[in-house]
Amino acid sequence: MTISRRKFMQWTAAAGATSLAGCATTGGGSAGRVVVIGAGIGGGTAAKYVKLWAPDMDVTVVEREAGFISCPISNLVLAGNANMNDISRDYSGLANRGIKVVRDNAVAIDPVAKAVRLAGGSTLAYDRLIVSPGVDFLYDTIPGLNNATAQAQVLHAWKAGPQTLALKKQLESMKDGGVFVFHIPLAPYRCPPGPYERICQVADYFKRAKPKSKIIALDSNPDVVSKAGLFKAVWNGQYKGMIDYRPNSEIADVDVKGSTIKLQFGDVKGDVLNVVPPQRAGDIARQAGLINANNRWCTVDWLTCESTAVKGVHVLGDATLSANAMPKSASMANQHAKVCAAAVIALIKGQPVNPEPMMMNTCYSFVDAKNVIHVASVHAYSAADKTMSVVKGAGGLSDKPSELEGAYAWGWAKNIWADSLS
Amino acid sequence: MNSPWFGAACAAVLMAAPVAHAQDPNPNNAARALAATCATCHGTEGRSVGGVPPSLAGQSKASLLQQLKDYKDGKRPGTIMHQHAKGYTDAQLEQIAGYFAAVKP
Repeated sequence: MTISRRKFMQWTAAAGATSLAGCATTGGGSAGRVVVIGAGIGGGTAAKYVKLWAPDMDVTVVEREAGFISCPISNLVLAGNANMNDISRDYSGLANRGIKVVRDNAVAIDPVAKAVRLAGGSTLAYDRLIVSPGVDFLYDTIPGLNNATAQAQVLHAWKAGPQTLALKKQLESMKDGGVFVFHIPLAPYRCPPGPYERICQVADYFKRAKPKSKIIALDSNPDVVSKAGLFKAVWNGQYKGMIDYRPNSEIADVDVKGSTIKLQFGDVKGDVLNVVPPQRAGDIARQAGLINANNRWCTVDWLTCESTAVKGVHVLGDATLSANAMPKSASMANQHAKVCAAAVIALIKGQPVNPEPMMMNTCYSFVDAKNVIHVASVHAYSAADKTMSVVKGAGGLSDKPSELEGAYAWGWAKNIWADSLS
Repeated sequence: MNSPWFGAACAAVLMAAPVAHAQDPNPNNAARALAATCATCHGTEGRSVGGVPPSLAGQSKASLLQQLKDYKDGKRPGTIMHQHAKGYTDAQLEQIAGYFAAVKP
């Protein structure tokens, strides 16, 4: 904890006062106060579904960004196959439901006083807190990138937004015949098929605009993590000769000035470098002591998504220690949030929690402007194992890329954005 | 501010300790939870805003259930629905079909 004990006590007392004041002025008729940190797919869905299923709840969501920019579909922006408007949504839909959307940064959680402290100085009291912080990057594992200047030059573009456009510009500025070097971290990381979709999208752009250019993909993993056969067939088909895929290529460091990625054995120089660093649960999860697995992820009880580290605090989405074969995906975060929303309502109202939650995952990947492949899975709570387990015999992959699935993928995107944020 | 009603509400909120013994007042919550897993792709309450996948809200229960069972049994081809439908028991599919049939389109 970075808060001194004295400050912590002061803050606790202040939060108590705020809580009482809030109750006296706005608590009348409210069945309970739910605060959500983060209005991405997970947090947005949680806030929305608590309000949808229990309109008598007082729901507040804290989000530091002015609007939502989607990671799904953002790889298409790099290739000019989608634009930033396509992947951007505002928070008016949540506000129109009677959810308070507070633009601020949550900096501390006091689970005893049940209050969240915001960077702007105010505190929010809660009966149940839902934290959906996404991921932050372990830059300390890559010394050459462990400063802001280097990070502004060698981009991750793994949180959609300014970095997406900046990487697009770097690709556009690259000469025809240049080399794009892309690093993929060891799993688990956000969006298992995402790196391989990015390779396809950059290849699609090069094929159209810079056909002499090459892609070197340095994958820390021993093989393509998701949809391996489908992606490799595409690389050996429509992008033949463009992609040099190198498994077991974990990054050791980056020489930013030399535009070189250093591996354990050998260096790889490129004209544009793109490094997706290893990840952990977002900063507020670390600050609040919610990270209790491998120093990276938040363990939860999948019946409720309640943290096993801090009572009364629930964690969703990419930040969680995933159950077996559960991807860190937008679909999954949306599904976590619905299980969590139902449980939070039940717990506040003293009702039983659903003992048999189900979750369903769909991940679409665009291999070019129009053709898409998917991976799907269904997950059921196992009372014996006390975790979510994959339902055997369900789920699977596409047979091959198709434009029909391209249409479904866009429909999926529009529906999940609306389901989560409006 | 001094009304006893406010005071009572305040006390109730502050003392709202979770006790999970009561009977679920809404048995439809189980169906609601199952149907919500479909909403990610088919839209909130089965009202699709994306054109495809299609809206489910307000379709007949019999038709929805038949389609889901046909996907599950491999009688109806699909890109992804045959893979998802296999993840649910027949009883769960019936709950899902019943839930969406009861939603206004």
